[in-house]
Amino acid sequence: MTTERMIEFEVLRYRPDTDHEPVFETYRVPCNEDWVVLDALNHIKDEIDGTLSYRWSCHMAVCGSCGMQVNGEPKLACKAFVRDYGNRIRVEPLATFPIERDLVVDMDDFTDKLQSVKPWIIRDDGEKPAEDGEYRQSMGELRKYRQFSMCINCMLCYSACPQYALNPEFIGPAALALAHRYNLDSRDQGAEQRRDVVASHAGVWDCTFVGQCSAVCPKDVDPAAAIQQGKIESSKNFFLDLLKPKKTGAK
Amino acid sequence: MDVIKTDVAIVGAGGAGLRAAIACAEADPSLNVALISKVLPMRSHTVAAEGGAAAVIKENDSLENHFNDTVSGGDWLCDQDIVELFVNEAPKEMMRLEHWGCPFSRDPDGRIAVRPFGGMKVERTCYAADKTGFHLLHTLFQTSMKFPSVKRYDEFFTVDLIVEDGRARGVVAMEIRTGKLFAFAAKAVIICTGGAGRVFPFTTNGAIKTGDGMAMAYRAGVPLKDMEFVQYHPTGLPGTGILLTEGCRGEGGIMVNKDGYRYLQDYNLGPPDPWPRKKAMELGPRDRLSQAFWHEQQKGRTIKGPYGDVVHLDLRHLGEEKINERLPFVRMLAKSYVGVDPVTDPVPVRPVIHYTMGGIDCDIDAATPLPGLYTAGEASCLSINGANRLGSNSLTELLVFGRRAGEHAAAFARSTEGRTGGEKSVAGAADALAGRVTDLLDERHGTESIAGLRKEMTATMESGCGIYRSEDTLKETTAKLAELRERYQRVHVTDKSRVFNTELMHAIELGNMLELAEAMAHSALERKESRGAHQRLDHTARDDANYLTHSMAVRGDGLEAPRIEYKDVVITKSQPAERVYGGEAK
Repeated sequence: MTTERMIEFEVLRYRPDTDHEPVFETYRVPCNEDWVVLDALNHIKDEIDGTLSYRWSCHMAVCGSCGMQVNGEPKLACKAFVRDYGNRIRVEPLATFPIERDLVVDMDDFTDKLQSVKPWIIRDDGEKPAEDGEYRQSMGELRKYRQFSMCINCMLCYSACPQYALNPEFIGPAALALAHRYNLDSRDQGAEQRRDVVASHAGVWDCTFVGQCSAVCPKDVDPAAAIQQGKIESSKNFFLDLLKPKKTGAK
Repeated sequence: MDVIKTDVAIVGAGGAGLRAAIACAEADPSLNVALISKVLPMRSHTVAAEGGAAAVIKENDSLENHFNDTVSGGDWLCDQDIVELFVNEAPKEMMRLEHWGCPFSRDPDGRIAVRPFGGMKVERTCYAADKTGFHLLHTLFQTSMKFPSVKRYDEFFTVDLIVEDGRARGVVAMEIRTGKLFAFAAKAVIICTGGAGRVFPFTTNGAIKTGDGMAMAYRAGVPLKDMEFVQYHPTGLPGTGILLTEGCRGEGGIMVNKDGYRYLQDYNLGPPDPWPRKKAMELGPRDRLSQAFWHEQQKGRTIKGPYGDVVHLDLRHLGEEKINERLPFVRMLAKSYVGVDPVTDPVPVRPVIHYTMGGIDCDIDAATPLPGLYTAGEASCLSINGANRLGSNSLTELLVFGRRAGEHAAAFARSTEGRTGGEKSVAGAADALAGRVTDLLDERHGTESIAGLRKEMTATMESGCGIYRSEDTLKETTAKLAELRERYQRVHVTDKSRVFNTELMHAIELGNMLELAEAMAHSALERKESRGAHQRLDHTARDDANYLTHSMAVRGDGLEAPRIEYKDVVITKSQPAERVYGGEAK
């Protein structure tokens, strides 16, 4: 078997029905060197303290459930290997979100914002019948938006975003990247319908281009680039609008 | 208890549940749809499917080919009328998914690209690199947001079905963030809660795949069909059980033993050349490949590793460019979780529990025998998968039958039968069911640990009900499971909080899994033949005279073992024959 090492985990605990404020609790866990932080949390849950609550499912960095702060940085617990850390690891819920319980944060704000950018294909002519086959798309057209379709909604970028921390109205990196993903898709004709939200004050213009969102993304999505490209589009549209009246009826 | 009224309640918001919700909304926007899931929809395990979704969309293929591959792949335990409908509907469903924005990989002419998959005569697996399930799930989730009639109840954990007067009337579900129980009163209910791979210790399945919906239907008196058929995927990473897609082999990856020998040629899957050849060697079906591993292990030709014996999946000859374009996720997973870069080294793999072919009994319209109850996806058993599912048929299945479940549940909700009665009785029935939850929080409850019982359950399933089974091992397992179910009555929940109490959920999930494990083991004990994924060391041949039939596990009262009954297989145009792979395959 692989080598074992005793690691102390300082885990933020908060049970709103009994605790006045969050406190750290320390657990000593014998870890295999090939473990991830999630394996250690599961060991705590099964063998030491069944009351610890956190979200997880796939253990392969694709479901996006187990985002949390590991030594102050937003990470997927299933992809944060203990071999990369010392003998003390601090685990906290994602920053910038309200804590529901222990390592579980409230995500309602994000799902509302996701919906607000209309993340679905919009066609002026409606969806064509299935019998007519696919919309043709070249690999080049696919590559234009592909990286922005890789977001797993893990919320690490929101946890890292200083602007979201200051201004909860900010739509934020993942949702803006998704809007950009649909705007860039050759099958989509909905950019104008998304403009009111994307180009609003709470949209791309609220971003101060710190770029932390892209740095922490576990899927190599570049939300910062999506937002900057969104600003360029928004500026172009602003000047174009001066030249022609905006279409009415589109929302 | 508070009652939430809706027209159609869908339990589970993975691929099948989302497709059903969209179908309901399209069929009748005036129907209210409650989409109830214990996790946010994008966490559902559809997300982990990698390789692709099968459909006949190319001129060199035919519906007949897809039908024949599926029926022989399932060792003739499939219902052929349903397979026929499935292959007919598959291309249309694939096109709708494309219209909704799924980022499929493309051919040079801009059409959806296809890749070869195991047991398929012609390449017909549509894919989005090696993240097809992820893209399918997010596409359906995002598309579902445009329908105002679909109201999501994210992180509501459904505890049981409400049945009154012989009809499904709704569900009882706990809002996880508050611990509060709600009765959903519905005219029709659709169960799309996925499979139950977590009854085994080593599985590709995420933590959430505890078969809750199967167990609810079973407790409500609906039989579970063909539960003895559990699929091992031949290429899981040792230790974690992380899936490496069959697409690795579809793209040309090979499997070798400790001598670097392509051992599959010794198991009626050869000859090894020319490669790749469809339905041969590494492109054989999953049951055969996993069984070949077991034999190699018996012969001492596997490789010892820190997490048990392995063989090697070798992708090096594909080259870095192709691996990055077609299998980028596989490369990341292998590098991160076993420290091996497939570009430069072979990857250690071993068979891993992947898919439950069995599930809730239902018909071609996704209707269960309980009026008002529908089901789709891995939770259901139609059966198109028979004794062994072909890779890439299940993503297509959840599209085709998710839609059918949604449409038929919507029609039932609008029918006279659907609209009558029930509303007054729902609250009372829900209160009775809620006792199962509140009992678990009772201070005086027992001392059995959740993790302890779970580990004993998964261990006995692996030792007695794994790739190869026999009467002796199955009897040990059924006896152990009976003991565990008895001890489960004294399970101890240490966490008394109402807020996001995951320990309470684990206790309920464990209760569900114990019942399903028992259905699997008893169905396996009674099937005295070898067919597809069910291999008996004491009954090594297929026995069509006695067992060309679906097993139907009917729950016993209280702690009684299930009763195993049988139901005819529907055979229309393909008479049972020998399954042939390798050079002789048709």
